[in-house]
Amino acid sequence: MPEEKKVVLKIDQMSHSFGGLKAVSNFNLDLPEGVIWGIIGPNGAGKTTVFNLVTGVYRPSQGHIHLLGEEITGKKPFTIVAKGAARTFQNIRLFGNIPVLDNVRIGMHKNYRPSMFDCVIRDGKFRRAEKKMREESMELLARFNLHGRADEIAKNLPYGEQRRLEIARALATNPKLLLLDEPAAGMNPNEVDKLMEMVYLIRDEFKLTILLIEHQMRFVMRICEWIKVMDFGETIAEGVASQIQNNPRVIEAYLGKGVN
Amino acid sequence: MKKVWRNLPTLRLLIYAVALYILLMLLSSGGILNDYLMIIINICLIYVILATSLNLINGITGLFSVGHMGFAAVGAYVAGTFTTLVWKLPNDGSVSTTLLFIVALVLGGIGAAIVGALIGMPALRLKGDYLAIVTLGFGEIIRTIINNIDAVGGPRGLLGIPALSSFTIIFVATVVTVLILRYLVYSSHGRAMISVREDATAADLVGINTTKYKVWAFVIGAFFAGIGGGLLAHLIQLAHPTQYGFYASFLVLIVVYIGGVGSMTGSILAAFVLTILEKYLLPMLLQWAGLGVEWRMVIYSLLLIIVMIYRPEGLMPREAKFMIPEDH
Repeated sequence: MPEEKKVVLKIDQMSHSFGGLKAVSNFNLDLPEGVIWGIIGPNGAGKTTVFNLVTGVYRPSQGHIHLLGEEITGKKPFTIVAKGAARTFQNIRLFGNIPVLDNVRIGMHKNYRPSMFDCVIRDGKFRRAEKKMREESMELLARFNLHGRADEIAKNLPYGEQRRLEIARALATNPKLLLLDEPAAGMNPNEVDKLMEMVYLIRDEFKLTILLIEHQMRFVMRICEWIKVMDFGETIAEGVASQIQNNPRVIEAYLGKGVN
Repeated sequence: MKKVWRNLPTLRLLIYAVALYILLMLLSSGGILNDYLMIIINICLIYVILATSLNLINGITGLFSVGHMGFAAVGAYVAGTFTTLVWKLPNDGSVSTTLLFIVALVLGGIGAAIVGALIGMPALRLKGDYLAIVTLGFGEIIRTIINNIDAVGGPRGLLGIPALSSFTIIFVATVVTVLILRYLVYSSHGRAMISVREDATAADLVGINTTKYKVWAFVIGAFFAGIGGGLLAHLIQLAHPTQYGFYASFLVLIVVYIGGVGSMTGSILAAFVLTILEKYLLPMLLQWAGLGVEWRMVIYSLLLIIVMIYRPEGLMPREAKFMIPEDH
């Protein structure tokens, strides 16, 4: 008998409105462990809102979200991170004025927390935690080919490296689920290929389940095992890449209706 | 040897501090620094405490608090009331006055920290300008409450506070404050506070409890402001509501911004430069130029404007090497 795969993220009947606008309505998802799934849709379809709801930035007006079997609906963002969900942002949101290394170390803060008192008296607990944080951060940076940049101010990095740093910072929180919001935005085809390789690699290496939002169809169609299409907050289609590409509702959402 | 020196910033900081202490002591006992100048030096040191603690709130955590002297007032009154009451008790000399004074200062600090937590918690929902208005309001509320409590002298102020703030005590308190804040800023908790300043939403989403760190910044900042207030009260032997109005808070705020917001080195430097300028150099200069002393604030403000135009990042926006611990 084939073993049923564990569901990492389960969303039931989730809806959210901003005032009178229904940003997300009746969204359902059962994300199995270890997959790479995608959400696509035209601008304003509610994709990022889904991410914001899952990570606790907004509280859904209706529905339930379970992460690894535990209800996280309406929990605070930092508790949801602690339970294993990490994300990146559509428009990169690094801690710009501080060094690259510190960006990653801040992500690690929740895993090692000597008390403030330990920090002030510089005791062994503090030193051990700092040592581990530094070592692990440097390893992580090396993994993303950023170890040479550790002492640089984050905002001075070129765009592609900032994107990588953001992923590294998300991984520093030691997540099970990684939400990538338009990871390929602003990248050329060559960079997109490299990104694709990297997404596969980090999934296997860090044993992640990945849900991503993306506009670059080439990327989505090749990397995502399952795709959900949203338009005006509704899920209008889902399936594997080939099903999506030929779905008339999807074509309509992107290109509009024919005249006759 | 040179390398070892460079790699031991904490030792360097302590050596600089001890050297400065010995130098000032020698100058004072040699009669070069008279009593008036020593009071100015003491006030400089107290401003270091006030400015570095405000810098933790405004510069490191990125909250905009403008009511810092309100916390200092709590410290001044709590410590002042404690010592004046204790001094009325018969004392056969078995209890060290220094120890009692330290207890008084810590009590003042704790009182201020409690007020800091009370202000911090509701104020957390607000950002930037709105938070500034709330802290401004709270600072004034504290002052007004004190003004109306007869037991601590009301508008007459708290009189007869024993002169316990010696140069040595103030100096030690300043060094300890700077060391603690420096160790705190350069730790994972400090980085968490910085992440709140940089991008609170992103911080929340990498697992930082931003609310907690905002409250902590207020609590710790207020604690040291309370210590500073206690020292000030026992230096000038008076605590008066007018000393802690928003004008006084602005003076501390100016020290932080002229020094370079977020830089502890900057706050320390500017505390000395601005206090000496305002209390000593400008009056002397004005007298020499035959102008009235009422011109002092005009020139002082003019200098601030000039600094802000030509050096908007502050005098010392980057931390000096000895201010960054070796194990960071």
